[in-house]
Amino acid sequence: MSRLNVVLALVLVACALAVIQAQHRARTYFVELERLKKEARVLDEQWGQLQLEQGTWANPARVDTLARTRLGLVAPPHDRVRIETLTNAP
Amino acid sequence: MNYHSRKLLKLNLAPWRMAAVGGLLLAGLTVVAGRAFYLQGLNTDYLQGKGDAVSNRNLTLPAHRGQVTDRYGQLLAISTPVESLWARATELNLSSDQRVHLARVLDISPSELAKILAHKTRGEFSVRRPVTPEQAVKIAAMGLPGLTLRREYRRYYPAGAVTAQVVGFTNVDDKGQEGVERAYQDWLAGRAGERQILRDRHGNTIRDLAPIKTAQMGGNLTLSLDLKIQYLAHRELAAAIEKHKAKGGSIVVLDAKTGEILALANQPVFNPNNRQNYKPDLMRNRAVIDTFEPGSTVKPFVAAAVLERGLFRPDSVIETPDNFRVGNKLVHDEHHHDHLTVTQIIQISSNIGAAKMAMTLTPQQHWEVLHRAGFGQLPGSGFPGETAGRLRDPATWKPVEQATMAYGYGLSVSLLQLTRAYMAFANDGEVMPLSFLKREPQEIVGERVFSPTVAREVRAMMETVTQEGGTGTLTRVPGYRVAGKTGTAHKLVNGHYAPDRYLASFVGMAPASNPRLIIGVTIDEPSDGVYYGGSVAGPVFAQVMAASLRLLGLPPDAPETETKMTENAVSAKGGA
Repeated sequence: MSRLNVVLALVLVACALAVIQAQHRARTYFVELERLKKEARVLDEQWGQLQLEQGTWANPARVDTLARTRLGLVAPPHDRVRIETLTNAP
Repeated sequence: MNYHSRKLLKLNLAPWRMAAVGGLLLAGLTVVAGRAFYLQGLNTDYLQGKGDAVSNRNLTLPAHRGQVTDRYGQLLAISTPVESLWARATELNLSSDQRVHLARVLDISPSELAKILAHKTRGEFSVRRPVTPEQAVKIAAMGLPGLTLRREYRRYYPAGAVTAQVVGFTNVDDKGQEGVERAYQDWLAGRAGERQILRDRHGNTIRDLAPIKTAQMGGNLTLSLDLKIQYLAHRELAAAIEKHKAKGGSIVVLDAKTGEILALANQPVFNPNNRQNYKPDLMRNRAVIDTFEPGSTVKPFVAAAVLERGLFRPDSVIETPDNFRVGNKLVHDEHHHDHLTVTQIIQISSNIGAAKMAMTLTPQQHWEVLHRAGFGQLPGSGFPGETAGRLRDPATWKPVEQATMAYGYGLSVSLLQLTRAYMAFANDGEVMPLSFLKREPQEIVGERVFSPTVAREVRAMMETVTQEGGTGTLTRVPGYRVAGKTGTAHKLVNGHYAPDRYLASFVGMAPASNPRLIIGVTIDEPSDGVYYGGSVAGPVFAQVMAASLRLLGLPPDAPETETKMTENAVSAKGGA
């Protein structure tokens, strides 16, 4: 009888330790999860800002002005455009 | 026990001392018990709240507004968090070193900074909103007392004025006020979420105390606009308005096959990124909201009506006498011809011819064709403030009104509505529902307005408008066949037609063999002496059409014309 009690007590202690361990792991993972979520949010915001930046650089009005002023490009006048019809090339 | 019986334990205590000590102890107990009862029983909610406030937090999970992009994913509107610098007046206490440093970071002079900081002596105010991310990092590193960085979402419109009137804008509460931002407010708006968490003393989140209410991010929206075509339309329109010293103008580019609005621009315009000095007049999307009397651009519908009933054929000859009267109104033509074919009436835009054709119809029949083409009805684009124009009940039409209606007076339309109606000619009689949103070709069901034969016949007539002898020779696009109709209407001012104020318009389509694009242009009150639709609105059409056809890579359908391309010309130009 008393042998059984000792065994049960040991099992109880083991279980208690396991609970502590599990609880600790849960907390650690939770903190990690929170950190990653925050990182995801930051990256998401960064992505938005980069998109905005890209949109601003690629703005047709800006590209148009740069092409004309800095690169000196001009749209060809109509009479200097020749339209080629596509032939079945090998 | 009998204490009194033992000698040793017998105390000679006066009873009052016993009573005093007992009383004091009892009083102490009462105080302690009372306090305990006060804290635990009466004041528990307050104290529990205080305790929770240290470790528990209610967080709002921010939800940002969805993006708006063009059909190829180019950004038109985006919400992005920005830091802004706020000052609390009472805590503001900067050393002169810090002031100098801060002024340098904000890129202003110290005296300007001093002026801003002295702006208010109480409460909170913003010093700079927003600051750039680099500035935010530097300011945070300085740790200035009384100055805080606050994170807020701000809406940006990278395309600026180019798409301003279509995309619209939001107010400070992030609510759509105009345009697509308003029309799709419910879809774009995000819903903020909430979560309750437990924190340890380092500020780490330990666990959730209640189920998380997830934040609903706003939906993204892909518009039907093509930003490149939109920019071209915006640029060419602005140039024409300036050249002809006009009051305003609009341009609409439609995909004839799908009814999608590829571009829609107006002048004057505003910059949605600069939220000061908003004038309602600049924000108005004229192409959708304003109406005008279309003038000659309705003539193709009259032609379609008489062809459809077999009253005339495209080559039927009609007498166009100089003195044609309806009631007591003399119908006037710019140039006199004794007789014209139906095709020629459209080509040179004869008012007499159009009126004579219309008089062969009953008012009911005339009305029915205009009604089918969408006049007097909402065009159905879903844009806020969209107008239906005006088309009166045919029972009230007098003969003179029916005659003037044949050349575009006495009814009014918006440019979007008129351009949409031309889809019937472009698309072999079928009008596709308009859309500001990109859509898949298979989801569209059109509405039949004319039979394919009639639509093609009228389109062939409209092609002569751009050929030699027509009113729209400046609308030609090299390499492509173009069909269209010019319009030059006197403006109604205080109930009378002003002899010197015009609205020039042109609606056309290309490639005419199988039109893919329809472009409508109006120029309001050109005042440099030129005012014909073909010469004011026509060139805008031609420029935008030529570039758009090239952008879309559509094969040319016109027989090739001579090009002046020589080796010399290329190298001379290239070297310059």
